[in-house]
Amino acid sequence: MNDGLLLSMRGISKAFPGVQALLNVDFSLHKGEIHALMGENGAGKSTLIKVLTGVYELESGEIRLDGIDHPVVNHSPQEAQTNGISTVYQEVNLCPNLTVAENLFLGRQPKKHGLIDWKTINRKSSEILRSLDISAEPGKPLGECSLAIQQMIAIARAVDMQCRVLILDEPTSSLDDEEVEKLFALMRKLRGEGVGIIFVTHFLDQVYEVCDRITVLRNGELVGDYEVEKLPRVQLVAKMLGKEFDDLADIKSERQGSGAATEPVIEAKGLTHAGTIKPFDLTINQGEIIGLTGLLGSGRSELVRTIYGADRPTGGTLKVKGKAVNITKPLDAMKNNMAYLPEDRKRDGVIADLSVRENIILALQAKRGMFHLMSRKEMEEAADRYINLLEIKTPDREKPVGSLSGGNQQKVILGRWLLTNPDYLILDEPTRGIDIGTKTEIQKLVLKMADEGKTVTFISSEIEEMLRTCSRIAVLRDGLKVGELTGDDLTQVRIMQTIAGNQTDKEASETDGKEGADV
Amino acid sequence: MKKTTGFDWKKITHSRFFMPIVCLLLVLLVNVIQTPNFFAVSINNGVLYGYLVDIINRASELVILAVGMTLVTASSGGQDISVGAVMAVAASICCQILSGGAVSTNTLMAPIIIAFIAALVASMICGAFNGFLVSVLGIQPMVATLILFTAGRGIAQLVTKGQITYVRVDAYKVMGGYIGKCPIPTPVFFAIGVVIVVNLILKKTALGLYIESVGSNGSASRLMGLNSTRIKFLTYVILGLLSGIAGVVASSRIYSADANNIGLNLEMDAILAVALGGNNLSGGKFNLVGSVIGAYTIQALTTTLYAMKVSADQLPVYKAIVVIIIVVLQSPTFQKKIRAMRHGKAVAVNAG
Repeated sequence: MNDGLLLSMRGISKAFPGVQALLNVDFSLHKGEIHALMGENGAGKSTLIKVLTGVYELESGEIRLDGIDHPVVNHSPQEAQTNGISTVYQEVNLCPNLTVAENLFLGRQPKKHGLIDWKTINRKSSEILRSLDISAEPGKPLGECSLAIQQMIAIARAVDMQCRVLILDEPTSSLDDEEVEKLFALMRKLRGEGVGIIFVTHFLDQVYEVCDRITVLRNGELVGDYEVEKLPRVQLVAKMLGKEFDDLADIKSERQGSGAATEPVIEAKGLTHAGTIKPFDLTINQGEIIGLTGLLGSGRSELVRTIYGADRPTGGTLKVKGKAVNITKPLDAMKNNMAYLPEDRKRDGVIADLSVRENIILALQAKRGMFHLMSRKEMEEAADRYINLLEIKTPDREKPVGSLSGGNQQKVILGRWLLTNPDYLILDEPTRGIDIGTKTEIQKLVLKMADEGKTVTFISSEIEEMLRTCSRIAVLRDGLKVGELTGDDLTQVRIMQTIAGNQTDKEASETDGKEGADV
Repeated sequence: MKKTTGFDWKKITHSRFFMPIVCLLLVLLVNVIQTPNFFAVSINNGVLYGYLVDIINRASELVILAVGMTLVTASSGGQDISVGAVMAVAASICCQILSGGAVSTNTLMAPIIIAFIAALVASMICGAFNGFLVSVLGIQPMVATLILFTAGRGIAQLVTKGQITYVRVDAYKVMGGYIGKCPIPTPVFFAIGVVIVVNLILKKTALGLYIESVGSNGSASRLMGLNSTRIKFLTYVILGLLSGIAGVVASSRIYSADANNIGLNLEMDAILAVALGGNNLSGGKFNLVGSVIGAYTIQALTTTLYAMKVSADQLPVYKAIVVIIIVVLQSPTFQKKIRAMRHGKAVAVNAG
């Protein structure tokens, strides 16, 4: 076995201020192997790759490459390239205004009498393209080629530069099915020639289609290194999310069966935002807490953003409390008494420069309009009310919200929306990146709100948290709502099975489909 | 900055007005040393006279521009460099209407108010054009306003048919001169009026809060129902209007429309005033009064340098030195250094 080893990374650790991005991670790649690197956001995939390619400095651990008898430390991507390690990113790093041939030989143009030898470039380019079965004209500007071709050109360039380890970082995210197939054909061809490929992706189907082995990372640590045939999808999902199958205790929601169906608050029919979320039907009743789950990029956030008008719907209808509404922007949604706590607190949530008081009153102020400025007294009372109610830890209400801790910032945004007294609240990852104590507080608050008759959509990567709070969970995969689980089906196992869309568990997906259709 | 000795001192140094006022005092201090009679104010021919009066009078257009520039900076995180050219457009339209199209006139061919309003409408259209490029098309403010920066004076030349239009009528000189027997120059009233009106708008409506919110985090602002496009657009229109007022005042001072020289280089002074006022040039929270103090500081600096017999050609060099100092003082690296000096406290705050 060992003689086929191409790349071996041992005990790799990397810390950034406040974060241990990688801790003692091992990774090995064999010749002629396509190796998937899997993990949720923040698992450490890209950090591992950046350490390997010299974007980040190696802190501790050892990297060894076949044919080099000393440990390798790359200080820059260029150095990695000379050592035979090339990376092709999702965004192609080539020049779209130059031709295919120019891009292939950029920076290493063959010369004749000190001038660029165009003949050789064009001849060699044709050879390379033909040998890899890439259907592109050498003389065509790269920008006129499809994205898949551009990516393949980038790969061809890497291969021609004697690369033995090829890293493909999310190469398929912006490709359609046919293009993905072409890319896979190229990958298989390179595998046949002995190139080791590290394939980073979020798409489970693709992993099972093209990969030989899988390495799973979670929270910067190695979960394991598996052969694809020996790791069923459900297991893979469990490993990515950090739930061993044996430990899966059936945690039941404390709010057993929310009783008789009340009137629906949200009724979406075929609602869609082209490119991010496929048409979905969703009905949410008053006082209900519905969870949305799925892997990263499955469309959880995109679904709620479409309901809220953060992304303008491109099709379908939406009824709020039985009344058809046309929501094209967040203010429309707010006027229909919706509230939306976004996933990315820093980018979409806090106004870091402004004070706690201003951050709390802003949404209500926006709803009232520019010419109805709240009085200073009203603002201060509102701010104080939510600082006390949510136990926001701040020296005073005039502190810039950016100086508070993450959990307290989240509470400020929660306060902002509670102040608008919404009927329907969308909470997208409200507990991410905040301490355990605050997490529990927020979960309790969500339950309390539902008891008061508010309707909540709760999104979380932590399934346990959703099981504790939600009475119904909708599952998404690759931008499509694939099922809804209620009652006895609300278990971790069933959720993971639905996320994985495992063929071995056909009856599960069938029941899911039925339930989805019923609603 | 000195080591803090007491709570009050620290409170003062942390005030948003601290730096702007220190800068102004510094410039004035230089004056006292250089020109002993600097603060002397006398009455000649029934009007106030002296260096100080001159500074306050001459700074008026800059104050008006700085107010608008502050709002544009806060909302869009960029600056409008076309304000000087827009002043020229407004001035040329105003004078051209008053002269009835002639190169020079000794009688008004149209009521001043009509010409004034026409000039303001034209400058608001200029502002709306800038605002459209920045807020709707998302072009970098500096690049977007570069268009009118270069084209504006050309437009003004077109309006005046390449001539300097003179309006030799006493009634027109009032805006840049004196009202009746009032000893205080009229531009001062314009400046004060603009500051008061804009401040009232910001205090009585939520516009100020909206601008800060949009400038600080546009994406989050949108998600809580603010129309960041419209708010940015509005600030550019306001700046356009204020440029128009400044342009007419400047034109009235010389009772003519000199398309090449009205408001020349004033855009840079206006931006500098905003920076001097302690405003973050990349948008967000703003300090209007700081900008006004900044505008007076710059005019004080200019007047000082003239009083020290520095020629107009060399003036930019000294201004540049001041700009360098301010930019360094506000740079993240320097701020970090200062924070490192007060290390213990800073860490405690961050950890909390």
